[in-house]
Amino acid sequence: MSKTVTDFERPVMELEKKIEEMRKYADNLDIAEEITKLENKVNQLRESIFANLTRWQRVQLARHPERPYTLDFVQHMLSDFVELHGDRQFGDDKAIVGGFGTLGKETVMLIGQQKGRDTKSNVYRNFGMMNPEGYRKALRLMRMAEKFQKPIITLLDTPGAYPGIEAEERGQAEAIARNLFEMSHLTVPIVVVIIGEGASGGALGMGVGDRILMFENAWYSVIAPESCSSILWRSWDYKEQAAEALKLTAPDLVEQGIVDRVVPEPPGGAHRSHEQAARILKEILLEELGELKKIKPEKLVKLRIEKFSKMGAWKD
Amino acid sequence: MAWFRRSKQNIQSEGRKETPDGLWTKCGGCGEIIHRKQLEQNLYTCPKCSFHFRIGSKEYFRILLDDGSFSEMDKKMQSTDPLNFVDTKKYSDRIKETIKKTGLNDAVRTGTGKVNKISVVVACMDFAFIGGSMGSVVGEKIARAIDKSLKTRYPMIIISSSGGARMMEAALSLMQLAKTSAKLAQLSDARIPFLSLLTDPTTGGVTASYAMLGDLNIAEPGALIGFAGPRVIRQTIGKDLPKGFQRSEFLLEKGFVDMVVHRKDMKETVARMLALLAN
Ligand SMILES: [Zn+2]
Repeated sequence: MSKTVTDFERPVMELEKKIEEMRKYADNLDIAEEITKLENKVNQLRESIFANLTRWQRVQLARHPERPYTLDFVQHMLSDFVELHGDRQFGDDKAIVGGFGTLGKETVMLIGQQKGRDTKSNVYRNFGMMNPEGYRKALRLMRMAEKFQKPIITLLDTPGAYPGIEAEERGQAEAIARNLFEMSHLTVPIVVVIIGEGASGGALGMGVGDRILMFENAWYSVIAPESCSSILWRSWDYKEQAAEALKLTAPDLVEQGIVDRVVPEPPGGAHRSHEQAARILKEILLEELGELKKIKPEKLVKLRIEKFSKMGAWKD
Repeated sequence: MAWFRRSKQNIQSEGRKETPDGLWTKCGGCGEIIHRKQLEQNLYTCPKCSFHFRIGSKEYFRILLDDGSFSEMDKKMQSTDPLNFVDTKKYSDRIKETIKKTGLNDAVRTGTGKVNKISVVVACMDFAFIGGSMGSVVGEKIARAIDKSLKTRYPMIIISSSGGARMMEAALSLMQLAKTSAKLAQLSDARIPFLSLLTDPTTGGVTASYAMLGDLNIAEPGALIGFAGPRVIRQTIGKDLPKGFQRSEFLLEKGFVDMVVHRKDMKETVARMLALLAN
């Protein structure tokens, strides 16, 4: 059972705890019946809570400390994975993990932003905030995937690109821009999945692809709700309103023509079962890659550029 | 991408306050009081310290392009407020007011023109329009300008001045980074030159897309150019930033711009480069 509980999950968690306790004494039939009743109740309650999540609540789920991260998907989705390191220019950014692995029967290049689970690992992973060498590491791996004609899967989960002095000195903006440019015309299929937090250019820097998938409780926008609140409302207190205004959930992004497909999460959110979340994603990835494989490289690039060219809303 | 505060801060800190009669302007670099006529003749740079004043597309087109050569594209394009965005104010009202105040329809103007008789497609951002922020209109106008460049094979020039992506179009603004970069990839594959001119300030999503993707990146002196704004970095690291950090000369030193060129020499430099690439 989950250790960290958000406010809106609490009623469900309390019932679940009660059921678990009752199970300990479940040798007589009366209680067994009672347990079934409670289980139905808990399922109904969970469903009704999760059917009516506010956008801010989804942001909280996307940041849930027990949410599956890139390496959890690697573990549960790929039958083989060899991690590769470094950008060959400066260093190895630990906020991003990448390498060849086997998905189903095929070799894929999987690259994902990686957060840590505790203070120590979060410092090691820089809280999932990439530096320029991280984007350049991703680009090196993607170019290698193109060379060997392997499809690319990128998993996005970052609170943003790292805003530091060294990051600027080494060209954070150039590194992100270069990836957008190069990913646009790579000749192998690219599937992008927003698994948690898709914060701004830091996420998009690995987010150009033929299919954009997004987990049900992930968020993706130009800015985090808190920062948006601080800038537009000049106070940190309007994060709920900012989340609403930004329309940053998966269903929102489908409506905006940015996301192609929502990846459903296990009941109660992906943090309740990494294994199930990975199984769902794996099936969808196999299906999407199967479709993309049928498209010739030049056509693939043309369609990808057209896809992004259509994004936006304006009047002439 | 915090154009809002930054733009306010800059207005104050650079002290470009005009005198009541509007004829005299104080230099943001050295404090010199300069007459409007003289400033204009000097292409909006300080005759004493070379400080480059922030100017709009109207002024920049006049500086860069041959007289009467500019022909504007997509002049009427406007935002539709696709998300019905409301913060302390409705975005749709903000747009209306800004259009009225600036006489511009959004934060970029595009078209064709000539630089010393060389035909080009050109785009110039206007910082006066919601901090030069990039939303759908900026992205679409730039994408169409690149299409024009692909069709005519005229070189592409973009003059940037922006606080980043526009928050009120949220993810749609973010996607304009990918959209413009994807179009530039097409342009590059077609071997058509792209010159990126960076002026003060160029930060956030614009730097993280087309502004950094020039075959040549050319910056005006002293321009603020970066990904994260100085305020955000200062907050993150809890330290003061080194002098000259994120300025044009710093980017030249770090290898992210090819040259820093005074506004007075910009037209000649652009023409020379285009001639070299064409011959
Ligand atoms: Zn001066």
